[in-house]
Amino acid sequence: MTTKTYWKGLAQLKNDPKFVKHADKEFVDLAVEEDAGHSRRDFLKMMGFSVAAASLAACEAPIRKAIPYVAKPVDADPGISNYYASTYINGGDYCSIVVKVRDGRPIKIDGNSLSKVTLGGTSAQVEASVLSLYDNYRLRGPRAGEKSADWETIDNEVIAKLGEISAKGGQIRIVSNTILSPSTKAAIDKFVAKYPTTKVVQYDPVSYYGIVKANQESLGAAIIPSYDFSKAKVIVSIGADFLGSWLSPIEFTKQFAANREITPDKKEMSRLYTFESNLSLTGANSDYRTAIKPSQEGLVVAQLYKLISGSGSTGIEGIQYLEKVAAELKANAGKALVVSGSNDKSVQVVVNAINNLLGSYGATINTAAPVKFRQGNDEEMAAFVSEVTSGKIDGVIFYNCNPVYDYAKGEELEKALKGLTLSVSTSATPDETASSTAYIAPDHHYLESWNDAEPKLNSFSLSQPAITPIFKTRQVQESLLVWAGEADTDYFSFVQQYWKNRFFSGTDFQGFWDKCLYDGVFEIPGSGTAYSFNGNVEAALSAIASTYKASNSGFELVIQESYGVGNGSQANNPLLQELPDPITKATWDHYVTLSLKDAEALGIENDAEGRTQKVKLTANGKTVTVAALVQPGQAQGTLGIALGYGRTKVGLVGKDIGANVYPLLALGETVGYSITSDVKIEKTDEDFQIAQTQIHQTYMGRANVVQESLLTDYLANPQEWNNKAPKVTSWDKKVPPGSLSLWKGHDYKNHHWGMAIDLNTCTGCGSCVVACNVENNVALVGKQEVINRREMHWLRIDRYYTSDAEIDDYRGMEKAAENPEVVFQPMMCQHCNNAPCETVCPVAATTHSTEGLNQMTYNRCIGTRYCANNCPYKVRRFNWFKYHDNQKFLQANPAMNTDLGRMVLNPDVTVRSRGVMEKCSFCVQRIQSGKLNAKKERRPLKDGEVVTACQAACSTGAILFGDMNDPESKISKLLGIETQYKEVEIDGKKQQVVDYGFDKKVTNPRAYRMLEEIGVKPNIFYLTKIRNKDKESKNA
Amino acid sequence: MRHLACRFVRFRKKADISKRATMKKRLSRPVTILTFALILLFNLSSFAQTIPTEPEAISAGEALFNGNCKSCHRVKQKLVGPALAGVEDRAPSVKWIIDWVRNPAKVIASGDDYAVKIYEEYNKSQMTAFTSYTDEQILSILAYVKADAAKVDQPKGDNGGEKPETPGVPTGYLNAILIGLVVILVLLLIILGLIINALKKYLDQRDLSEEDKEVVHSKYTINSFVKSSGFIFIVIFLVASVTFKNVIDGLYTIGIQQNYQPRQPIAFSHKIHAGEYEIECRYCHTGALKGKQANIPSANICMNCHSQIREGTNTGTTEISKIYAAIGYDPATGSYTGKQKPIEWVRIHNLPDLAYFNHAQHNNVGGIQCQTCHGPIEEMDVVKQYSLLTMGWCIDCHRKTDVNTKGNEYYDKLLELHNSKKSLKVEDIGGLECAKCHY
Repeated sequence: MTTKTYWKGLAQLKNDPKFVKHADKEFVDLAVEEDAGHSRRDFLKMMGFSVAAASLAACEAPIRKAIPYVAKPVDADPGISNYYASTYINGGDYCSIVVKVRDGRPIKIDGNSLSKVTLGGTSAQVEASVLSLYDNYRLRGPRAGEKSADWETIDNEVIAKLGEISAKGGQIRIVSNTILSPSTKAAIDKFVAKYPTTKVVQYDPVSYYGIVKANQESLGAAIIPSYDFSKAKVIVSIGADFLGSWLSPIEFTKQFAANREITPDKKEMSRLYTFESNLSLTGANSDYRTAIKPSQEGLVVAQLYKLISGSGSTGIEGIQYLEKVAAELKANAGKALVVSGSNDKSVQVVVNAINNLLGSYGATINTAAPVKFRQGNDEEMAAFVSEVTSGKIDGVIFYNCNPVYDYAKGEELEKALKGLTLSVSTSATPDETASSTAYIAPDHHYLESWNDAEPKLNSFSLSQPAITPIFKTRQVQESLLVWAGEADTDYFSFVQQYWKNRFFSGTDFQGFWDKCLYDGVFEIPGSGTAYSFNGNVEAALSAIASTYKASNSGFELVIQESYGVGNGSQANNPLLQELPDPITKATWDHYVTLSLKDAEALGIENDAEGRTQKVKLTANGKTVTVAALVQPGQAQGTLGIALGYGRTKVGLVGKDIGANVYPLLALGETVGYSITSDVKIEKTDEDFQIAQTQIHQTYMGRANVVQESLLTDYLANPQEWNNKAPKVTSWDKKVPPGSLSLWKGHDYKNHHWGMAIDLNTCTGCGSCVVACNVENNVALVGKQEVINRREMHWLRIDRYYTSDAEIDDYRGMEKAAENPEVVFQPMMCQHCNNAPCETVCPVAATTHSTEGLNQMTYNRCIGTRYCANNCPYKVRRFNWFKYHDNQKFLQANPAMNTDLGRMVLNPDVTVRSRGVMEKCSFCVQRIQSGKLNAKKERRPLKDGEVVTACQAACSTGAILFGDMNDPESKISKLLGIETQYKEVEIDGKKQQVVDYGFDKKVTNPRAYRMLEEIGVKPNIFYLTKIRNKDKESKNA
Repeated sequence: MRHLACRFVRFRKKADISKRATMKKRLSRPVTILTFALILLFNLSSFAQTIPTEPEAISAGEALFNGNCKSCHRVKQKLVGPALAGVEDRAPSVKWIIDWVRNPAKVIASGDDYAVKIYEEYNKSQMTAFTSYTDEQILSILAYVKADAAKVDQPKGDNGGEKPETPGVPTGYLNAILIGLVVILVLLLIILGLIINALKKYLDQRDLSEEDKEVVHSKYTINSFVKSSGFIFIVIFLVASVTFKNVIDGLYTIGIQQNYQPRQPIAFSHKIHAGEYEIECRYCHTGALKGKQANIPSANICMNCHSQIREGTNTGTTEISKIYAAIGYDPATGSYTGKQKPIEWVRIHNLPDLAYFNHAQHNNVGGIQCQTCHGPIEEMDVVKQYSLLTMGWCIDCHRKTDVNTKGNEYYDKLLELHNSKKSLKVEDIGGLECAKCHY
């Protein structure tokens, strides 16, 4: 049993009185504003009115209409969902998906397991993107200036102006984020053929141009190779958050997790080292993490190179674990991978050199299958902006990009746009860029579009519309074709023709097309050219030596993508705004993170309720005012801040949250995301409260929450946990808790649903949280209600910091706070077999099913909240308000408060009203529908037919759900459930029969039940987290 | 031309390839493969094209006939299509029939004389193709037709409009008995009055004291009666009881819409369609076997028959023309105008949002007849809500009903573990649990 100390935040570590005061309470009596204006007489008036209203309502039932199709499409049946393979494309972000369409409305997105690129995974942003389809801020049709226009007018005017420009030989630019679609590029080519002065400028809000440049120099090709983390035994990340936001996190998470599982048969796992400034998801999941400053980053890479090649030293010292890393990398040559998040070409060249020394090329790095996620060219973009500002450009078309917001020189660009002959934006919303262009020709949402994509060389995928366009929008590609004079071609046939010409040979094109569309993906066999390293390391090393410093006195700023809203393009999505940041657990907020010591020096204090002060942050000559958040693990002397906030032209949801920090970025040959000089931070007097979720509830000092072990310890004694598992004392001996019980127990004759959650592979990314929200119509409550501790998430991911130090070792504790280890624990209703909530409900609104589920019946609940008070896991959520059809929650919860938003709701799940309790149902609607399908086909239910939303969304497979009564199910095998027998009398004869009792015999030594000691016997098992650390490092 | 053929769903074919139709559904592929496999299998294996006579084939054919053919064909009666009795002798060959059923358009296009003749005879209206039917299935339908044609007609009233006799005493008798009772009671009253009068007269003749005289002649005034405590008690008691009962009954009916019988935009009669013409319910309500909703039929299903039947039994052309208006059909030219206007039916059965009900579970898996909940729908001109649709009503049925385990391997383990003399009821497998219907 783990003896480490776990803490949720600094307030708990320091035993802040404010934290202690509320620590044991389910419902905290915060100073929530009460309206004192209501008296007893008001109450009587209201009573009288309600009675009258109720009796009136009883007389006349509303007439409800049922309107069937006039001519029903063959495959569309009301009440039955269809699934279509499609592709999520947002700039260069890519995910192959399967869209669930119910009654013509897309309502849920799952990963497409046929994809060899995203491998069936999804991310929080992909899961949430279904709601952006129903965004009220979307344009209803094209616009000319501020006025709405029709397409004909727009086309005529745009064509006239394009003609005018082309007649005088003026310059036209199409500005875009990465274009993944080959057909789109072909459509653009048609446009360019018509207007030959057109050039396409691609840029990415978060640039990877440094890698491209480095590869061009050292590999001879301007590509980004594909990486395979599953083949690496030792992974070193220097500022590359590949589990969170770097390049292709969905794919990398999946690969990484594949090598982190420990089973009785698989006893090896990879080891991850990180060197970074902000505590990132990757850092949180690493075995060894070293906090470095960005000004040291280049030297760390250079030093690593020198250590591996044995060629002296750069002179940097005191970087923890660096020698160890070098030795291990060398020992694991061919099974190692070093990645860097730096956008500095020289650093990437040296990283390439290291990988070359380690033999990673051809092993963990594949240059023959380059990825196309980031094709942005910083130099071309910089040239474009200077051309626009100097008046050399006459016409610009912004293809679904927003450089006024997300490019460092956005402000200059915005001013210059006014003087152009023609400026068009194709954004679906009047965003910062679109609202400063002369015309907006809004594109469809990706779920309404035909498209294709080439995420990796020779890997293709198709997008198909899952809904008829809701508004009078038009696909950009079609607009471009119309403007190029090809008005007769619709983009669907264009894509089809493109595929026919490029990929098809044979006779049955329709069959080929249908198959591709059905699968969503298509691969061409064979691979491209492999490149080998041939770079000038010495030049790169000397460039590094001149720009990086071993020590730097001033503050340094590290700018990264937000885990929630990403680069800001989805800032109007409340699902992402309310998704707690995996590390800080803050929602709806923007803040600068700083280390404990720096905070003390600046006089900044965070309390248990997230109260803090705002700071003035100056970098690159620009100043922003944001809240300050003290972050354990933040490298001292560095500040971290996220992109994606501070949107000004955005819908109700994302407005006025934080500040835009794109203007703070350093523009050079490539865009720099860390600023190492002239960074100033100044405390202001303005108070601020950040809505953080993790600080809300505790397990009241109970011990058995997180279990972890070192790989060596675990392999030496796999039964470590079982031997030390908590026991209770009976009259003669110590017995496992729960073996003595007042409850009668249950028999689960049919199914026994259970779940296993592997703490080893959970990276804490949060896509399960969003998936659960979407699947189960979970209300979003907004910032103030999160502060009031009333968030409704059924599934949360608890994040604990931990240190090896004992509770009374103050010095040890303080050290830990600087760079703690992190554990993520997904937490939802544990579906206890001896559920404490069930016994206290006065109206039996929460009951136990014969399949092991803890059922919650909303229509029976009267809102006593006894159950939540009695729940040891703090997973029950109370509807303090009516969150639907309530204008007060319009901003936070548009999915239940606008006609457009409501289209996303899952019709199989009740929308809860005020005054009732709710919680995770194990996706009972999916269980019921899976069973019904089996019954309709007159066969037993197969394992894997019922998948919960969180399981489906989990890229790493950390969540596994299934029938524990089925000895062949994956969960039974993972947990090592042994069938037990009991003796019964049948027709007077004693017989051995299978015991379908609730208490399964679980033999996997890693499996444990949370809070085992209280004997509630959950149906959810956690698998112990194993860290691949050396034993002696404990005291390092 | 709009593609209209949407036959009974299990046997439908993919629509013509339009833009939307190419959006291939992920789930449909196994079905398509299976269909192809079946067609292949039967094409290869069954050469023997003789009409079977086994009772199994006849009953299988009957089921297919009732589900798919009956809406247009009868055995001995001409409906939308010809009466089928003797078809095996009329048609050129059995193989011809099979080809025709699978793809009539192809047979007509081939210029086959007989096919063209029928086509002309029925105003160039073409029968729906049943592409997925196997030879065996078509032969079994023919077997049923043959067997049914051979049956001697039983004497029966027109349209089966016979009224079933109510069991027990006829109402006429009851009335007579009641009137008799009333007469007897009145006579008794008169006799009693006469006796009292006689007794008074007799006592008056006797020598009575003043007190006794007063007793004999005391007047029962209404006033004294009303003020008597007994009377007040009884009245209060009665009034309170009646009020109480009404309030309780009233409260129980809140939200209950039993016998709700709204006027519909089209006066569609189930009595004619389901009763008289015996069209299988699921021919129109295509979802009942498949999913949550049974589905209110879309207008294109109506058009399967009503492109031919242009005059109704009750309402002539007025109601049928509403279908044409909705789907945009011009009966004069027999073509579609493309102007559609959905029909806004009034929903009769309104379950609250918090209750989940699935037709497939009950109709398909449970084998429950539609009439069990919807009542004698085939007798209703205007449909009404027949059942209470309260939770008590659901629970009651779940307590009483046996699980339809026959031939369903899903229930095998449960049946084995049931281990009781009593039959396996729905409540035994968790049919009373909250999260079966509330989630």
